[in-house]
Amino acid sequence: MAQMTMIQAITDALRTELKNDENVLVFGEDVGQNGGVFRATEGLQAEFGEDRVFDTPLAESGIGGLAIGLATQGFRPVPEIQFFGFVYEVMDSISGQMARMRYRSGNTMNAPITIRSPFGGGVHTPEMHADSLEGLMAQQPGLKVVIPSNPYDAKGLLIASIRDNDPVIFLEHMKLYRSFRDEVPEEAYEVELGKAKVTREGNDITFIAYGAMVQASVKAAEELEKEGISAEVIDLRTVSPLDTETIVESVKKTGRAVVVQEAQRQAGVAAHIVAEIQERAILHLEAPVLRVAAPDTVYAFTQAEEVWLPNHNDIVEKAKEVINY
Amino acid sequence: MLKHDELGLSNDNVLEMYRLMVLARRIDERMWLLNRAGKIPFVVSCQGQEAQQVAAAFALDRSKDYTAPYYRDVGVVLALGMTAKELMLQAFAKAEDPNSAGRQMPGHFGSQKLRILSGSSPVTTQVPHAVGIGLACKMNQDSSIAYVTLGEGSTNQGDFHEGANFAAVHKLPVIIMVENNQYAISVPLNRQVACEKISDRAIGYGMPGVTVDGNNPLVVYQAVKEAADRARSGNGPSLIETISYRLTPHSSDDNERTYRSSEEVEQAKEKDGLIVFKQYLIENNVLTEDLDAEIEKQVKEEIDQATDYAETAPYPSPESLYHGVYYE
Ligand SMILES: Cc1ncc(C[n+]2csc(CCOP(=O)(O)OP(=O)(O)O)c2C)c(N)n1
Ligand SMILES: [Mg+2]
Repeated sequence: MAQMTMIQAITDALRTELKNDENVLVFGEDVGQNGGVFRATEGLQAEFGEDRVFDTPLAESGIGGLAIGLATQGFRPVPEIQFFGFVYEVMDSISGQMARMRYRSGNTMNAPITIRSPFGGGVHTPEMHADSLEGLMAQQPGLKVVIPSNPYDAKGLLIASIRDNDPVIFLEHMKLYRSFRDEVPEEAYEVELGKAKVTREGNDITFIAYGAMVQASVKAAEELEKEGISAEVIDLRTVSPLDTETIVESVKKTGRAVVVQEAQRQAGVAAHIVAEIQERAILHLEAPVLRVAAPDTVYAFTQAEEVWLPNHNDIVEKAKEVINY
Repeated sequence: MLKHDELGLSNDNVLEMYRLMVLARRIDERMWLLNRAGKIPFVVSCQGQEAQQVAAAFALDRSKDYTAPYYRDVGVVLALGMTAKELMLQAFAKAEDPNSAGRQMPGHFGSQKLRILSGSSPVTTQVPHAVGIGLACKMNQDSSIAYVTLGEGSTNQGDFHEGANFAAVHKLPVIIMVENNQYAISVPLNRQVACEKISDRAIGYGMPGVTVDGNNPLVVYQAVKEAADRARSGNGPSLIETISYRLTPHSSDDNERTYRSSEEVEQAKEKDGLIVFKQYLIENNVLTEDLDAEIEKQVKEEIDQATDYAETAPYPSPESLYHGVYYE
């Protein structure tokens, strides 16, 4: 097994699927010769040729539309949106079109597209280059929303996404791209979509997180352990469809939960999870389920980023609030 | 070759244009040094495009026209009255930055005072905004016009089409200037568009389109002046394409060696508009080497002062984030 960063694992997944299935196509802005502005597609054009890995003109709605046409003809497009903040340019293709192709065609057509895109804060990129917009995507039936928290999952989830027969929004947290390495198998493997993972077991409280907030939650759990509090951490891996079963099972065991998201608080994924827990496990709860989220402002400028972004201290504090309720 | 006096430009006018081009170039160079020294997070350059930018701004009525410049337009905003100090405050993302109070990246210009529309990161969004301003000028029977710029790669966005089309249908006082520097990050012109010239697109909208040498500020001035006269007299929008070359990597985060050779860049440097214009001014006895040295010296002092000021100025406080989200 090789040690890989998350970005290397992503490149490896793309290479694996380009090799494995000739219908897989990789395209987007600067993904060809340049290998992507984050180098996620480095070397792929040289290896697979310009027909399968290519640069598009600078036009996101065109990229989305093109993917839909290709997908209906048996291809498996894996387009890149250079920064997820630019997804607004392609919202109709995503939410208005590819998500509904299967439904609208009476289940006769589908759009097996995997849109990859970097997102997330903590790397000193300002608004539009750091926003967490997964909530917008998760609200759209027909889309799957996948967010890996580590290199191993990134490869397995990306392969599973490409092989999936429905459109997947695959969001890559920029802070995780090169922050640590993991053992990543060289062969192809899938990490099942729609299945959360219990990353750390515990009995007193459940933390539910995804993306970069998984690490923060684990760190918070380690700190709480020193005080004799045992926290379980669930890494959602897929934000939509949500693995409610794993969440509810854990909360029934611990009786307490904190849901953590990097996105702004209002109308987010965390709010939805809290509602699911209340609806399914209310009688098991020892305290209200609380959230850790960013404030409802535009994404913070660099000088305020550290304060703005949720971190492990915020999670520890929230956990104590729940436990001392 | 076209002479400045034929365009109604005085020696003082062209010297001031030249000074602003030098100022833009040296500010940009300083920003790269500051970036490499870890003092500012990001640079997106004007280098290679200053001549066309300053010339275009001089062809507007800088006392009343509206502009929506894109991120490379340091030359445009300097000509409109933004100062080196203000640009440095922006580069350091300080609270006093008049563009966005330190909230946006460098190159995201905006000034209520100077009638510069606040720009944002998604490319081409400014085109329909400028068209909206053009419509407002028409409705207000105001003789101002709207001037908007973008890169050639950005003309592939739907916003370009939608804005240009509306402006032409309603004969709005709008100038769309495309600064064609041959690349959209790594993607060369021939992978972006199949038409020979970006200005060929104008005919599809029913507006005049011209392509001019962006390294020759006098022809750029002439083209923008004509377009401004047309817009102001109620004859509608124009598309202008200026041809030059991006002399730096796309930004401080880009490695251009993956997609273009240093020979190509060196060749382009020989046609650098700043050098071409300097030679023109010397040959026409407007500029001397001594005067040039004096300009460089003053520019350097201005940038030194601007840098010192900006470096020590306070950052916006984290609490300031909560302001300006809604009406207070
Ligand atoms: C909607 C959108 N997509 C992608 C980007 C990322 N991006 C920034 S500049 C750029 C290339 C722009 O090329 P061009 O229009 O030719 O302008 P130039 O930078 O060459 O002056 C890209 C792809 C962006 N800012 N906005
Ligand atoms: Mg360009």
